[in-house]
Amino acid sequence: MFLLNCGSSSLADRTFSGLMLLCALSIFAIVLLILFELISGSKLTIQKFGLSFFFGSAWDPVNGNFGALPFIYGTVVSSILSLIIAVPLAVGVAIFLTEMCPAFLRGFLAFFTELLAAIPSVVYGLWAVFVLIPLLRQYVNPFLIRTLGWSGIFAGPNYGIGMLAAGVILSIMILPIISSLTREVISAVPHSQREAVLALGATRWEMIRMGVLRNARIGIVGAVILGLGRALGETMAVTMVIGNRPEIARSLLAPGYSMASVIANEFTEASDELYLSALIEIGLALFIVTIVVNALARVLVWAVTRGAPVRGT
Amino acid sequence: MGVEIEVSDLNAWYGTNHTLQSISLRIPANHATALIGPSGCGKSTFVRCLNRMHETNPIGRVTGTVRVGQVDIYAQSSPVEIRRRIGMVFQRPNPFPTMSIYDNVASGLRLNGYRNRKVLDEVVERSLQQAALWEEVKNDLKKKSGASLSGGQQQRLCIARALAVDPEVMLMDEPASALDPVSTAKIEDLIFQLKSQYTIVIVTHNMQQAARVAENTGFFLNGKLVEFDATHKIFTNPTDKRTEDYITGRFG
Amino acid sequence: MASNIVMPPLRARASNRLWRVFANHLATTAAVGSTILVMVPLIAIFGYLIYKGASSLNLAFFTQIPKPVGEAGGGMANSILGSGILLAIASLMGVPIGIAGGIYVAEFGRNKRLANMVRFTADVLNGVPSIVMGIAVYTLIVVPQKHFSALAGGVALGIMMIPTITRTTEEMLLMVPLNVREAALGLGVPNWRSVLSITLRTASPGVITGCMLAFARVAGETAPLLFTAFGNQFWSSSVNEPIAALPLQIFVYAISPYDEWHRLAWGGALVLIVLIVVSVALVRYVAGRGVLKGAS
Repeated sequence: MFLLNCGSSSLADRTFSGLMLLCALSIFAIVLLILFELISGSKLTIQKFGLSFFFGSAWDPVNGNFGALPFIYGTVVSSILSLIIAVPLAVGVAIFLTEMCPAFLRGFLAFFTELLAAIPSVVYGLWAVFVLIPLLRQYVNPFLIRTLGWSGIFAGPNYGIGMLAAGVILSIMILPIISSLTREVISAVPHSQREAVLALGATRWEMIRMGVLRNARIGIVGAVILGLGRALGETMAVTMVIGNRPEIARSLLAPGYSMASVIANEFTEASDELYLSALIEIGLALFIVTIVVNALARVLVWAVTRGAPVRGT
Repeated sequence: MGVEIEVSDLNAWYGTNHTLQSISLRIPANHATALIGPSGCGKSTFVRCLNRMHETNPIGRVTGTVRVGQVDIYAQSSPVEIRRRIGMVFQRPNPFPTMSIYDNVASGLRLNGYRNRKVLDEVVERSLQQAALWEEVKNDLKKKSGASLSGGQQQRLCIARALAVDPEVMLMDEPASALDPVSTAKIEDLIFQLKSQYTIVIVTHNMQQAARVAENTGFFLNGKLVEFDATHKIFTNPTDKRTEDYITGRFG
Repeated sequence: MASNIVMPPLRARASNRLWRVFANHLATTAAVGSTILVMVPLIAIFGYLIYKGASSLNLAFFTQIPKPVGEAGGGMANSILGSGILLAIASLMGVPIGIAGGIYVAEFGRNKRLANMVRFTADVLNGVPSIVMGIAVYTLIVVPQKHFSALAGGVALGIMMIPTITRTTEEMLLMVPLNVREAALGLGVPNWRSVLSITLRTASPGVITGCMLAFARVAGETAPLLFTAFGNQFWSSSVNEPIAALPLQIFVYAISPYDEWHRLAWGGALVLIVLIVVSVALVRYVAGRGVLKGAS
């Protein structure tokens, strides 16, 4: 902006800024390109099934019958489960780090959190396959079956893999992001608000509740939604633990399938055009949903942090 | 009713910076006392020591005695009740933006467990009346947020909020410095009205303001209390030369 | 007027006081508890990954390709080479475009709506699952070419780098103080030169580490490679053939039934982790020290 006002209009400058503009516009081009490719790639199943594609629960490549409901179910349930586990813990960690943590510890924990957010999905998946699954199978699942098995939510054969495993590994993966973003949002609350509450005669928790969380709540919701967006699209770790069975089951211990996982597993084995189109249409749905969720999250976070770039996400 | 504040040998630090050096004075009850001095002289820090807000800063440290009424406020382990009884109004108004006017004023009451709607209504109304804001907002109590008011109104809202929890002392850290002259005049009128019921300590950069509202004035310089006396004496016939220099504008 | 209003005295019940103290302690316990509950397992996971990875790494890991199933030994050298080639292609595409985009948003579009939209879209794009990028590149490149290739994989990764680098470049450029740019213009330097030689150079440590972060992030991506680069058990350095990649092979080995391949997977995971740690630490270091050291 500063430079625009300087009145320089030589050809070199105009070319330069034009070139930069072109590159900036590439961001939009990428979005449009992906959208175009996804739509054209899923034409066949859109024409054949229409909207019922998303409500059918049969996944039968042999007979050309495709319904995406099991995958939608798997994605949604595993994501919600991960939010239930991760959000309270993430917010708790964020509050601890910003309001209660001694200074020497804060740097290390913040760095470590940022590190965890950057670790690749496949590495988490690797750990999940060899450590988490056996842990769940040997200790956690039997306990859950014993205590809560009556509800039907923890029932059936105990493979270790399944919806619960997917939910747990997802919660581990989205926790650092939700926590970091919540911390940023909490830090953006002005100090004067904290002092206003304290000066009224409030305990530290009351100060946090009334002066910080209340002011930051929109941003915290944004952070949670961002975590949801990440959970919805997580591919590799989920693929390695969810069980890859396109069925809707009540029990969380049953194997399931997610939208991203079915694409990851079956894309290269899709034997005909219709099969491929069905997978691409699932990809299209995933694309649109994550764009909407992420856009919503960013708007909420921006509202609180006033559009300052957020690092590390 | 207001109470007397007795300060003995108060020292305060910000980290290694010895911000206040051995301050002792007695602030009389039901009077307004002004604290003047150049920027950085420690008057704001002093006031924040009176309600134990200085220690909320991680590198803040306090030694000495502060007695409010008969209570040694630093001898208590929890500052919560102290801060309720010693209200504070800040330089920049800081109403809670996510709460309505009503909820702002009632916030302190709710913290103390007040739930009864009628009692809350009554206290909110009286607080806003005491803060000379009632007439302007009485129709919008729950509709408007605390932040949607003008600067001067916001400050009076903060005063009402502090008054609602029945303090004995009101500390004001340059309450009108961010406001326009009309709002400033209203705040000064308010102080005049309030001092019959509360002990008021007001930090101010504005010497005319001190002369207008306060019976007593203390002059701070470089962390020390140079002189503390009746306002008219400070401004017409100060004892210390440094006070005279400051009053006549030779520095600061 | 106001002076004859009498405030009712505040009476708080003792039970209320007790409850407030209790609630405060409960909240503190919950916050500390969550932190311990979260940090301890995470540190344990991290430690386990390092331990398993370290015990799997040896010289052969970096120099050999995997042995046939049933034989011990072997390495992931082909995957490392493959990742290198993919990342080179991706960087060639992503870094210049990303930096240029960041320059535009920071220098020419500071308050314009277009710049805000670019920023917003870049953020949103960062949240799109990477497998979707893979699908798009598949239909765009793999289908017409009728084969998987390193080129397709590199393009998919490059597309992912662009939004990230645009944002980090913008962030770093915005940290350059105004007086640096003023100094350049005061010397009569044309805009484009000022931006490139002075502002960009001042911000270069930050911009470079931003690129490193994007690089490290994309180095660990598996999903977009599943049907673009596809993977390869043998040496391959051709751009037009399927190629191995470190995260891709980790995935394949992890879900395989062979212990030897599992060992390779742990080793590969450690290599990725080291890359991540180095780049995150570097970004923090540079951002923390500020890019201003070049300006003062």
